[in-house]
Amino acid sequence: MNNLFIEAKNATAIKLAEIPLLSYNTFKGALLEATKEDARHIISLFVKQNPISAPTQFTLYAIIGDKEKHAFLVTSTGVGYEYPSLSNDLSQLSWFEREIAEQYGIVPQGHPWLKPIRFHRSCHIGHDAWDRKETDSIDPCVTDYFTMDGEETHEVAVGPVHAGVIEPGHFRFQCMGEDVYHLEISLGYQHRAVEKLLMNGPTLASQHILETTAGDSSIAHALSYTSAIEALSSQQSKPSKASATLNTILLELERIANHVGDLGALAGDVAYLPTMSYCGRIRGEYLNMTAELAGNRFGRSILLPFGSRLGMNVAQAEKILTWAKTVKADLDNALKLLFDEPSALDRLENTGIVPTEAAKEIGLTGSAGRASGIANDARVDYPLPALGNSYDGYTAITNPSGDVFSRALIRYKELEASHNIIFKLLEEFIAEGKSLDAQTDYLTALPELAADSMAISVTEAWRGELVHVAITNGNGRFARYKITDPSFRNWFGLAYALRNEQISNFPICNKSFNLSYCGTDL
Amino acid sequence: MFKAILARFKQGYKTGKFPLKGEPKLPDNFMGRPEIAADAGETDAKIAASACPTGAISCENGKLCLDMGKCIFCGKCASVCPKIKFTKDWRLAAFRREDLIIHAGDKNPFDNPNETTVQLTPPKEIVKLYKNSLKLREVSAGGCAACELDFNVLGTLAWDMGRFGINVMASPRHADGILVTGPVSKNMALALEKTHASMPEPNVTIACGACAISGGIYAESPETAPEVMEKFKPDLYIPGCPPHPATTLDALLRLIGKI
Repeated sequence: MNNLFIEAKNATAIKLAEIPLLSYNTFKGALLEATKEDARHIISLFVKQNPISAPTQFTLYAIIGDKEKHAFLVTSTGVGYEYPSLSNDLSQLSWFEREIAEQYGIVPQGHPWLKPIRFHRSCHIGHDAWDRKETDSIDPCVTDYFTMDGEETHEVAVGPVHAGVIEPGHFRFQCMGEDVYHLEISLGYQHRAVEKLLMNGPTLASQHILETTAGDSSIAHALSYTSAIEALSSQQSKPSKASATLNTILLELERIANHVGDLGALAGDVAYLPTMSYCGRIRGEYLNMTAELAGNRFGRSILLPFGSRLGMNVAQAEKILTWAKTVKADLDNALKLLFDEPSALDRLENTGIVPTEAAKEIGLTGSAGRASGIANDARVDYPLPALGNSYDGYTAITNPSGDVFSRALIRYKELEASHNIIFKLLEEFIAEGKSLDAQTDYLTALPELAADSMAISVTEAWRGELVHVAITNGNGRFARYKITDPSFRNWFGLAYALRNEQISNFPICNKSFNLSYCGTDL
Repeated sequence: MFKAILARFKQGYKTGKFPLKGEPKLPDNFMGRPEIAADAGETDAKIAASACPTGAISCENGKLCLDMGKCIFCGKCASVCPKIKFTKDWRLAAFRREDLIIHAGDKNPFDNPNETTVQLTPPKEIVKLYKNSLKLREVSAGGCAACELDFNVLGTLAWDMGRFGINVMASPRHADGILVTGPVSKNMALALEKTHASMPEPNVTIACGACAISGGIYAESPETAPEVMEKFKPDLYIPGCPPHPATTLDALLRLIGKI
């Protein structure tokens, strides 16, 4: 095992030269063997293009989370424009391999269902995994889909533009009578070339690009980014307790706002309007608390490497503590209504089930994974230095049933836990009585980064593990910045949840996951 | 049922005072309409521009200018250049693209209506048609979900935009106008154009957020098609990243002549 992987803690730098470069067969064997254990799962698989002098054109990196070691296992292999697909043995890699094929024109041979993810050209002119010519247009979501034949079969296509105020995506339901046999989800409409724009960074825009990669997870993205920068910089200062407190409060406020909004929307989707109405308002209170600290409701531009742009004073902490306690009482009241209402719960229970085994095979992450009994939570599995000891004693909250109710219940319980964390941290901050100063460095220039290195930084965003991998070149600039949003790993879970359901159950299944289109489309 | 009635009493009346009975509740360090000191010149512009991630700062005739259509309100320019100040004024929207540019020494146009070149009154025909009912279709075209979420918020009881006759429609066929968020990703260009073309005439186009107005942080992206929005000739620009709900509600009410 030792020479197959290198271990890296969350947000620490490793030298690229230290990462084992295995033959393809050893690489594949190592991945299959390592992921057999429950404590380990794949968190990212991606390709980096090599300089001309390297023996192979590309390096394929695999990153495995090992929650017993509280570390990531990193390994790599060299590949050219084709290699034997891994997805038949590890189905959770299917979307990763499709992404690689699309980005670089590398064909994972034997992939079971090789289709584009985002519908853009490969970055290598003349190399396209589907042999499309430069002159061929690439139209979003124009691709092969599963089909069903038979007398009572029919297909329902929805999107890209949906009925509400929501991002675009294309959904195809294969139905037999009333029952959905399979839902196929095709995305890419939101593609803005995020990873391409980050190349050769960091620049002043980098953090803002990442904060808008998935706008409802701005704080988690900013934390992953600033943590990666801190890891790669030569400045070796540990974050102060006060700084960790502010980071944690912002991250948990983001989680609370989104969970509250989704539970309200779930109630709305089963026509239980009181909880929907109240949660719609209450969600705004948490956004306003974020605005109190950040100046804007989504926590944009507040974090900087090694600090925060505005800091936090004791009066602010006192204000937020009182405010959050008052709002929490309203929230408890609104949610108790829903969770005490049998006719509403009946719609959630046994709907959209993803059993534990399927969830593991799909590679579900975050609250959706925990709702299917997978006890992974990056807050405790891979402590992020920028969050200090905020999560000491925290354990992942799980429930095995895997249905819409379970996903709602996990969020309900996590709301309670997040409030407790915030209350405790704020009380400690107030008792300490010392303000956190605003940081003025890195407004116009960023720290110099170590050359030829890699930093993996994972934040437990409200949807799950948000993975950033920064790789620098010889000049300390980004040679690759890989983002794996939790949604990327969970979309297939939503598709799976719809099997044997009716289309009318799509809204609640969808809302119970509430995945990000832009975070996936990058 | 009884529990629901009790809860209704506990939750109380929570619709905000803005705009009927007062100003919106904004946080102390809210980043609203920027003000630039009259003497901010070329040197200041250079310093401020060095901190700006979207190229919103420029210098015209020796005066510092800030383009709210590009600005993401990160506040970094104000941190390095004290001549720029972000006030707490939530009123940011404009009917003309050029009115989003703030020059050194410009007074707040809403407080000084007689000393500004900014167009403050909406086109008469828009007011005539939509004063009592404006049905909007929203299209996210490469948006990050923040503009979408903070527009959605206007439908909640906290803001209740429906009381002004403004609603969101599920189909462009039923819409008087389209509100666009996002920098218009190439992959959404066709769907956006088709949605726009599906609206009955006449109609209004609203660009909501820095991305929809100028491409924002994605202006340099090879995968966006900002020319689509130019073709539509927006009737209303709502700056912000994302615009605060108060900014958006203020903007919509100005468009239909209710403020």
